[in-house]
Amino acid sequence: MLGFMYSVIRRDLLLVMRHPAEMVNPLVFFVLVIALFPMGVSPEASLLSQTAAGVVWVAALLATLLSLDILFKADYADGSLEQLLLTSHPAWALVIAKVIVHWLVSGLPLVIMSPLVATMLFLPADAIPTLLLGLLIGTPTLSLFGAVGAALVTGVKSGGMLISLLVLPLYIPVLLFGTGAVAAAVLGMPVGGYMAYLGAMLVFALMVTPWAAATALKVGQMQG
Amino acid sequence: MSWFESWHMPRWFYQMGSPKWFFEIGGRLQPWFMVAAIAMITWGLLWGLLYAPADYQQGNSFRIMYVHVPAAILSQSIFVMMAVTGLIGLVWKMKVAFMVARSCTLIGASFTALALITGAVWGKPTWGTYWVWDARLTSTLIMLFLYTGVIALNQAIADRSIAGRATAILSIVGTINIPVIKYSVEWWNTLHQSSSFSLTAKPTMPAEMYIPLLLMVVGCYSLIVWLVLQRTRNEILDQERQASWVARYLEER
Amino acid sequence: MYFTSLQHLIDMDGHGFYVWICYALFALTVAVNVWSAKRRQQRLLKLIKSQLRR
Repeated sequence: MLGFMYSVIRRDLLLVMRHPAEMVNPLVFFVLVIALFPMGVSPEASLLSQTAAGVVWVAALLATLLSLDILFKADYADGSLEQLLLTSHPAWALVIAKVIVHWLVSGLPLVIMSPLVATMLFLPADAIPTLLLGLLIGTPTLSLFGAVGAALVTGVKSGGMLISLLVLPLYIPVLLFGTGAVAAAVLGMPVGGYMAYLGAMLVFALMVTPWAAATALKVGQMQG
Repeated sequence: MSWFESWHMPRWFYQMGSPKWFFEIGGRLQPWFMVAAIAMITWGLLWGLLYAPADYQQGNSFRIMYVHVPAAILSQSIFVMMAVTGLIGLVWKMKVAFMVARSCTLIGASFTALALITGAVWGKPTWGTYWVWDARLTSTLIMLFLYTGVIALNQAIADRSIAGRATAILSIVGTINIPVIKYSVEWWNTLHQSSSFSLTAKPTMPAEMYIPLLLMVVGCYSLIVWLVLQRTRNEILDQERQASWVARYLEER
Repeated sequence: MYFTSLQHLIDMDGHGFYVWICYALFALTVAVNVWSAKRRQQRLLKLIKSQLRR
């Protein structure tokens, strides 16, 4: 089964690398959305630094949402998803493999980019490691819940907007704890508890979402 | 066979799965639930509106509680019911279970919206502002989003059976997440609370205030059962229209 | 009864506006739900009857 997952990961990574836009677009969107805030609200450092954590996290949520298409859409369109589901390997393993690719391609770049954009928003330097760590733990959770949404809308036309409706409510706890951690860090308070909650949510997501997404994929296969 | 391999649900459980059976039994039960609903809601409302003494701190605006609290309680119960019947549909492959789940969606969403709006209106005389991001209102808002997600997914998928399964998965994931969401919102709220107020957290209410609330809650539950029965039976009529028992039923009307 | 007169009932010591709006919304929610369910039933019955006659 690990061999199966490894080959799926390798194949999907190769496919993504042939279309570098899929890797770069979420990142550009992330930075662009963040840049909109000083422009639309106020370029004042005092105001921006207060909202920096929230803005970065919300942008991360939105960028993740937009990149969820890469999970299943292409494979569904050319029929290879059906083939992958028909193998003797459990469908949830397929889901995990695809989520790993999604995170490597969309979540990880966001995490790496975050110190830069946080500085643009005047987030105090002491809080940046907390932002980084929070995003590091949180973005896989976002990918996992996103996979459920993406799986549910395979085969539905204009599924993009629908995915957002389905998945954003599930993202809210991650958002709250991630930004809460940064708020605590700015005040100089310990953040261990927040990281523990984020970690617990990741574990929780790992337990629930592969099953849910796999079931949804199989259900989606029944049409057409 | 070991005992759990040969264990089955009670017979009535499988009978409920038969559209014809559900339609007929549901039809016979409906009037009772409506009678109970009308009786209890009228009694509860009149009592709460006219006879209950005004609250010491809030004055007469506390009477909104008789509408807001039942709506909030019901919005949560209906969501859970939606998920449970969805689960039943998935596990026992019962079409009727999916129909029940589908019937819950709009009813639950409307009661959630009602809870939100009445909660907000209650806020104005109580805290001086129409909206406040307190834990309860925020969690209810998130639940409304979850409902709209389920409704949107239902509309987006044409095939009823697939739609039933997909929305079941979504409502199950949503329900499992509700404690997580509630916890995170409460925690977030205590973090950002500037003034320490507490929305009527079921304080020790005198009986004259409490009993009408109880009546309202039970009465609304009755109403919801009637509504779900009605909508599910509509759905059954819609999907089973070719069946011979439907033709016979129509002749008798 | 807690209220001394009809005017008192409507006014509710200044809170009348809020209370009555909420009760009205409740009535509206219930009414719309019940009415739309009933209406769908009537339409379905009519539709299926006409389909069977063919």
